[in-house]
Parts: sequence; structure tokens; C-alpha cells
Amino acid sequence: MKSYRMTAPGHPLRTLLIAGAGLAVLLILGLVFPSPWLRDTMTSLFASGLLAMSLHLLVGYSGLVSFGHAAYFALGGYVFGMTLQAPGYVETFGAWSLPSAMLLAMFGTGGAAFLVGLVCARLSEIYFAFLTLAFQMLFLSLIQGFVGYTGGDQGLTGGIPRPAFLGINVTQSWDRYAFCATVFVFGVLVIRLITESSFGFTLRMLRDNEARVKFLGINTYLTKVICFTLAGTLASLGGVILAIFTSAAYPEWASWTKSGEAIFMIMLGGVNTFLGPLAGALAMRIIDDVTLLYTTHTELAKGIVILFVVLVLKRGILDFALDRRRSRADRRANRDRAAAHEKERADVDS
Amino acid sequence: MLTLDHVVKRFGGVVATNDVSLTFPNESLSAIIGPNGAGKTTLFNLITGHLVPTSGSIRFEGDEIAGMKPAAIVRKGIGRAFQVASIFGSLTVEQSLAVAVTAHERRAFSLGGAFRNHTIRRRTEELVDLLQLNHVAQRISGEISHGDQKLLDVGLALALRPKLLLLDEPAAGMGPDERWQMMDTVKRLWKSENMTLIFIEHDIDLVFQTAEMIHVLRYGSVLASGTAEHIRGHPEVIEAYLGTEVTHEETEVAL
Repeated sequence: MKSYRMTAPGHPLRTLLIAGAGLAVLLILGLVFPSPWLRDTMTSLFASGLLAMSLHLLVGYSGLVSFGHAAYFALGGYVFGMTLQAPGYVETFGAWSLPSAMLLAMFGTGGAAFLVGLVCARLSEIYFAFLTLAFQMLFLSLIQGFVGYTGGDQGLTGGIPRPAFLGINVTQSWDRYAFCATVFVFGVLVIRLITESSFGFTLRMLRDNEARVKFLGINTYLTKVICFTLAGTLASLGGVILAIFTSAAYPEWASWTKSGEAIFMIMLGGVNTFLGPLAGALAMRIIDDVTLLYTTHTELAKGIVILFVVLVLKRGILDFALDRRRSRADRRANRDRAAAHEKERADVDS
Repeated sequence: MLTLDHVVKRFGGVVATNDVSLTFPNESLSAIIGPNGAGKTTLFNLITGHLVPTSGSIRFEGDEIAGMKPAAIVRKGIGRAFQVASIFGSLTVEQSLAVAVTAHERRAFSLGGAFRNHTIRRRTEELVDLLQLNHVAQRISGEISHGDQKLLDVGLALALRPKLLLLDEPAAGMGPDERWQMMDTVKRLWKSENMTLIFIEHDIDLVFQTAEMIHVLRYGSVLASGTAEHIRGHPEVIEAYLGTEVTHEETEVAL
């Protein structure tokens, strides 16, 4: 028997090139259609897209359903805003205030997610989900309670200073759009590289069969903690984008409905495809905007669409589309095989 | 060498494993047989750290492993395949084997591109060839036949290059021909990988043909240990497990 040759893995350079092309498309889109509506809509989509895609790392790849993921999204926005609003910070760091505040938001949120992960990863399934929700409620209470720092119910208002750096002035529409698009693509690229790494496959194993993973000598607890930390850190980037966009941060970002919205995005877009959550975020936005043209009952419209997706398509929109394409390709291959077989028989007969 | 010394496991009032003392020499091929509920799988669960013994000692290569976590026991060199194939249903066969090899190479947490490492690829290819899974290597594990899933389960354990491999009913749920094929494969793997192998099996003919040493359990205790020849002629085993032969006259009297 011929020795088996393993399928060649995709090259990380290819992923980098695709990410570069994606960023180019987003930038061209912003240049060709300079309408503030499009740029603003896209910027808020970047934020919610990162929230959903980072949650997908937990829900889709690791099988860990978190009900409290929005807490890290909000934490990113709050740490970023509070750092820049801190007296003397902008004066001290000058042009590097914004990037350093971004890094602080990422690492601060990552640290918080790590600590929460240490506790939550001890539990599994529904208990894990509820514990993440409990921590989210705790974060929300802290945001609402420390009025002097966070603005309480009113949020972090009064404007977040956003000094220009490296010639980028995020108070300007184009600069803001281009910068947020770059941060978004960077976040998606990191998520992609994680999912295509050895660790990404460890996460898939964890989702499929946690008991078996233990019998491969892998520490499943540590795997969950690392995944939770990475997902929280990446969600914070979404919060930073929204804080840059709105020049504020609001406690609603840390509410359980925001986490629920991210789960709906994943369900709507598809849990089995990498870009499914992004498609879900886009679909949610379209439903919102189209419904608002006729009525204020956007939640009702979302509910109907989700019911349709769950009951009729029985999978997310992108999963459905890809399954259709795959089954069409299979049918075509079967037809070709049958035709080749027929031709062979005809040749033999003649 | 694996040594079990007076191992007891109680679940409340039920004694699942009762004072079991067994020794498995290096590179031996042994079978554990016994009726349902005899404590065979419990014994495997105790060895692999899935259960902690109530009392007694389990030593592997001189180290006490009783009470250690399953992952730590795996790192000591003990691999296991399960009665119901325990695989990763969404991964392809080659991906499943490659991730198991990756785990063995201590790269499970690496953020580098998966399966790019030459050692991992070569070992995965070796395993596909060894298990003769070439025809399904690129198919999703959850969609292949039961027999191939059982082989893949064995492959996941083999990927860790175990010194001791435990197979819980490797031929369970297979047809008669497939069962013999499976046991031939088990024997081939045992020879090629130079490891100690212990398997649980209900089919006595398969056990007699395959194992060097056979240990019979009943009600959690060791009833007999020895070669196929010895077990075949052991009166208590015949009575407890194989059953006593009923003569034609006895049948007629009973009727």
C-alpha cells in the first residue's frame, strides 16, 4: 500500500494576505463612499463584529457558552476612556496617549478575564454559563456604583480626549474610520491565527470531547482559562473601537442584553463558519435599520428572523449558504462520475 | 511494569473491585475477562486515574499512580481506548491523529500554525499507515464506520507512544469477520510498537487466540490468572464464566 501523505496545511502568510486584502477593501469602501452614515455604520459594525467573533472563540470553537462576554467589551471601552480622561495622562504621554490607553485597555481587560476565567473554568456547561453571567452583573454593578470614576448610570460622558498620533486624528471622520477598520482587521486576524493554530485545534477537541482531551494528557482547565482570557482581551478591542467612535462609554455595554445580542449574532450568522458571527452582526444591523424605517418594534423583527433561522434554516445564514454550496458541488461531482461511468460502459459496448 | 496491589474500590455499599492484585510485565499482551459487572472497566478507570481507589496501590514503572489525574497518568506513558469509541466528531481522521501527536509533542498550547511541524506530520502519516485508515483519512471522524472509529480511538492513544496501552473491548459492536480483523490489528500494533497491552474482551475465542496471559474477574475479585490453556481447564472459570456443559441425559431429565 502507498504510504499516506498528510494534507498540506494552509500557510499563515496566506491568512496575512487575505487580511491585508480585506483591510484594503474596507478602506476603498470608505474612500469611494465618503458618506458619514456608511462610515459610522461600518465603525459600529467593527465593534459589534469583534464582540461576536471573540465570543465565537468560546462558543463556537471551545463549546464554552458565556452569557457575560459583553463585560469585557465594556471593560475595554471603560479602561480606555477612563485612562484618557485621567488628569495629566494626555499631558504626560502626548501623542502616545491613545495607543498606550488602547494597550492598557487590552491588557487590563485580559487580566480581568484571566481572573474570572480562573474561577469560571472550574465549572462546566450551564454552571459555567451562569457564573460568567454573575461576573457580568458584578462588573455592571461596579460601573454603576463607582459614579466618581465611571459616571454611573450616565456613563463616561464629557468626551474622551483622543489626541492625534503618527498623523492619525481619530476625531476626523476618515482617520477614525481607517483606524477602526485597521484595529478590527487586526482583531479578526488574531482570532483567525488562533483558530488555525495548534491551540485552535485543542479548543475544537475540547468542544467535541472534553473527557478524551484529558486522556491525551492535556490540562483542560488551563485550556479553558487561556481561551477565556484571549476571548476577553479581543472583546476589549471592540469596546475600544466603540469608545473611540462615541467618545464615551455606557453601562449598557456591560448589560446581559448586550451579551445576549452577541449570542444571537452567532446563531444568526452561523456557528460552524469563521465569519458566521460577522455575518450575524451585519444581519442584526440590517434588521435594525430596515425595521426602524417602518416601526420602532425592532426587537419583534429580530425575534421573527431568529425564529425563521432556527426553525426553517435550522442553522445560521452563512452555515446554510455554505452547506447548500457543498451539496451542489457533491451533486455535480456525482453527476460527473455517473456520466464518466456511462461513457466508459458505452465505449466497452461499442 | 504495572502492579496492582490489594486494590479496592467501593461505591457506597457496592464493592466494584475487591482486593485485586495483578502484575503485568513489560511488553506483555494480557486480557481481562469476566461477566458483566465483574469490575473490568472499573479496573481500567482506576489505572487511568478516572477513579481513585478506596485502598491499595497501583504502581507503574515503580511510581505510585493511584489518585493521580488522568492527564498526569497519560504523561507517565499510559494510553487508553474506550468501549464506545471516544473520538473528536468534527475533525477529520488525519486532524484527530495529528492533534493527538501534537499533544504528545507538548505543543497543544502553541499559537503557531497547526500541523506544520515535520515530526508531527511524519508521525501522523505513520499512524494512518499503521492503522490502515488511508481510505478515510480525510473524512470527518463522526461520519466514518464504527470499525474505523474504534481504530481511530486506538490511534489517538497510540499517538502518545504509550508504554502501556489499555483497550476496553476493542472489538465491541463489530461483526464476526471485523472482530478477528480488529484483534489481528491489535496484535500487530502490540508487536510493532513494543508496548505492554491489556485488553478487555467478552469473546472468549478472540481472547484465547490473542492474549499471552488472561486474568478472570468475578464480583470484583480475581478468580484466575494464567495462559489460555490454564484458563480453559480451570474448573471455577468454566463454572462461573464459560458455564458447565449440560449432558443430553440431564436435559431430558429436566424436560
